[in-house]
Amino acid sequence: MINRATPVDHSLFALTQEPVMALVSPSSIRPAGRVTAQLGTLALMSGLLGAAACAPSTSTSGMGAPVPAASATVAAADPRVGLRAGLLDAEEAVWNLRVLSTTPPPREFLGAMNSDLAFTGTYAIQGNFNGIQVWDISDPSQPGLVVGHVCPASQSDVSVYKHLLFVSGEGLEGRLDCGTEGVQEAVSHHRLRGIRIFDIGDIRNPKYIGNVQTCRGSHTHSVLVDPKDADHVYVYISGSAPVRPEEELPGCSGAPPDEDPNSALFRIEVIKVPLAHPEQAAIVSSPRIFHDLVAPPTHGAAPEDRAAIERAKARGAFVVEVEGQEFVLPERMTEEMLDGVVKARGGTGAPTAADSASLRQALPDMVARMVGSRPGPAEGPRPGPTQCHDITLYPAIGLAGGACGGYGLLLDISDPVNPTRLAAVSDSNFSYWHSATFNNDGSKILFTDEWGGGGQPKCRATDPKEWGANAIFTVAGRQMHFKSYYKLPVPQTPEENCVAHNGSLIPIPGRDVMVQGWYQGGISIFDWTDPANPIEIAFHDRGPVDASRMEMAGSWSVYWYNGVLVSSEIARGLDIFELIPSVFLSQNEIDAAKTVRLDYLNAQGQPRFVWPPSFALARAYADQLERSNGLPGRIVAVRQELTRAERAAGTARREGLLQLATQLDGDASRSSDAAKVRMLAGAVRELAATTR
Amino acid sequence: MRVPDPSWLAAALLATLGATACAGGSRTGVATAPPPAVGSVAELETIAKARRDSARLRYTEADVRFMTGMIGHHAQALVMAGLAPTHGASASVQTLAARIINAQQDEIATMQHWLGDRREPVPEVRIQGTAVMVQGAEHAPHMPGMLSDEQMRQLDEARGPAFDRLFLTFMIQHHRGAVVMVYGLFATDGAAQDAAVFKLASDIQVDQITEIDRMERMLAALAEGRAP
Repeated sequence: MINRATPVDHSLFALTQEPVMALVSPSSIRPAGRVTAQLGTLALMSGLLGAAACAPSTSTSGMGAPVPAASATVAAADPRVGLRAGLLDAEEAVWNLRVLSTTPPPREFLGAMNSDLAFTGTYAIQGNFNGIQVWDISDPSQPGLVVGHVCPASQSDVSVYKHLLFVSGEGLEGRLDCGTEGVQEAVSHHRLRGIRIFDIGDIRNPKYIGNVQTCRGSHTHSVLVDPKDADHVYVYISGSAPVRPEEELPGCSGAPPDEDPNSALFRIEVIKVPLAHPEQAAIVSSPRIFHDLVAPPTHGAAPEDRAAIERAKARGAFVVEVEGQEFVLPERMTEEMLDGVVKARGGTGAPTAADSASLRQALPDMVARMVGSRPGPAEGPRPGPTQCHDITLYPAIGLAGGACGGYGLLLDISDPVNPTRLAAVSDSNFSYWHSATFNNDGSKILFTDEWGGGGQPKCRATDPKEWGANAIFTVAGRQMHFKSYYKLPVPQTPEENCVAHNGSLIPIPGRDVMVQGWYQGGISIFDWTDPANPIEIAFHDRGPVDASRMEMAGSWSVYWYNGVLVSSEIARGLDIFELIPSVFLSQNEIDAAKTVRLDYLNAQGQPRFVWPPSFALARAYADQLERSNGLPGRIVAVRQELTRAERAAGTARREGLLQLATQLDGDASRSSDAAKVRMLAGAVRELAATTR
Repeated sequence: MRVPDPSWLAAALLATLGATACAGGSRTGVATAPPPAVGSVAELETIAKARRDSARLRYTEADVRFMTGMIGHHAQALVMAGLAPTHGASASVQTLAARIINAQQDEIATMQHWLGDRREPVPEVRIQGTAVMVQGAEHAPHMPGMLSDEQMRQLDEARGPAFDRLFLTFMIQHHRGAVVMVYGLFATDGAAQDAAVFKLASDIQVDQITEIDRMERMLAALAEGRAP
């Protein structure tokens, strides 16, 4: 037996209460048969489970969600609790989604882990530790397997660009020849750790055309499409596994960079791929984006902490500055130091004002000496973020989010070969910075913490809601500012591996909505328009694979692609969902999201969503203004005008729309949600411009 | 302890998988599966379980030694972290200790399952005071990073800031040892071919390197006279 230590900080163990879910909607929209209690607002605000229940009761959030206190309030037992186990027949709970299809893996891939997804045209490409699977999802209710290509590698992270498919290999068993027998020797010229490149010009016959070997293999990778360079793409390689022996791949060194400038530590790899000759892909740079990374203050150092320093200064406490940050010296420490000063001048008794002044003068030097004597590693591997787990590139805004072990980085990628670090954040609640997602305008970034590596059950009722969660930051002045955490707001069993994992934005116009896989925690869709108050708006979950023990399964990743949500289930195959309207999301918003069409998608090469003019888009904004009460007394008239315009054609439609846009300009000046009214006016004007 | 011999392994694989075996040994098996709807749920589950069981046969003595040893190694971390609440540790060290306990308990369970699934002896961990008894791995050689009895006694006697300092110092030593064990595993012929071993070992490596970095920063903060 193992001793279970007593939790020491009860604020960190706030999840031990009975799982209740805050609801701001009528019980009828919950799955039937699970609603157990009608509770008042007080209960709603007390039995909180995660951020979803933390929306303020007094005001609307930025997304214009209904006000909890003003709505019928139901706290129901969450339907995700107590689901029956099973591999392919587990019980399911679904809320505000429709399951379009659930397709078990083809036989060659059953029992091997599915991993990430990429999309091209009407195809979804699903990585698997045994190879890749190509699905035709043109009918999302009946996906068809186009090809299963056996070529073992972990984790088989996949990306596409035009006729090229890139697949990551990290594990020791991957072979250059795609054989399934593994590589027995610790040093072997048959081993592939890096990137495989396939030609998928004929998607039914993926052709293996080359590879790029790297020193730490490729755990994940991200494809950077440089808007300024049509002839190449770049692949950023992240690999966290130990460095390969030099005998296996010449030039690989695991020594600290100050001993060996060519060390594979503390760097990422940038591969340049000539589109005309992808077989010539090669590493072109190894940016050391971690260079001289000093620990920034954790976001625990909040305004209150700064105020405390000011108060301490006011009462004459000793304040020292270390690496640009101020710290108040503990009184006991300053007492000892003052005694030292007294002793040094050969005196006795209480220190005088002069002693105090001389200490104040000497402090900066003393601090410099102390910092200089920072204990360094005497042996073993050098600490520090030596690699990123994943990098999300957002070329449209020239930025990337790097999730790099102990840090979240903001990178400037305007020069693809030479990314530079703009900012870094760390967080004592974050175990392992795993991945990043920007909102569409790049004013926010969300990082995930893959605490436990994905193979552990980190969503139990006893696991703190700040651990293994998402952390949401605003991006302003090229700095990141912490706002809140979002963790799956329902506990899972110890038999379900669960932690924050991969997801993508859903193009709901005017809002930041994201879908995310939580392994066996299922998928959760949440709104983070108000970065301080993210709230869940839909979910899907299954019971554990096995009721008696943890088996690896769950949603590795789930992404929005051309109107549907596609989830890669590690053990159970491919799941496809669509959104259904709820109090959180209107049919118009869903329809507007569906107008955004992509030719291809790699979630780690984030595309900027652009909404073509449509009546659905205008109506979506109108629905949001109704929620936020930003256009009081005018909503009905605006909707009537839109209907009238839609029924009209040509000049009549155009003039009707222009007139409406002009009225809306006037409305904006009086609105409490002026920005949204202007977005609506803009959408109406664009619609007019496209009317012939 | 059994070292599976490759020919026996291949035979077992074939026997378990029968005709459903994946393209074993072929270079690039491009295969189009029959439509999934054809297989019944029961049939597909049988195939998935057989595949999983056969994958479990792909391991070597080095993997077993690593899993067995790491259980004992983790157990000592539990003892160290378990002292934090009663030894006047600061809030941040207590948080760190709580997370180490949470993480390493789960990993011990994973390693025990891994060994049990392969019918290998499963070490049972017993903790009495600061003594760790790992039954089933009594003869494990000294592992890198493990605290000596004297170091453990020093830690147990320390309180407050002195405890924080020793805890961080010793846990960095302990974590570095775990990382060295991972490097040792990966440098062994035939080791970590099993995806579960590779994943667990890699996770231990990256998690503990990340945590070493965090502890270095906490230790530096302590030396500078601010809260770790």
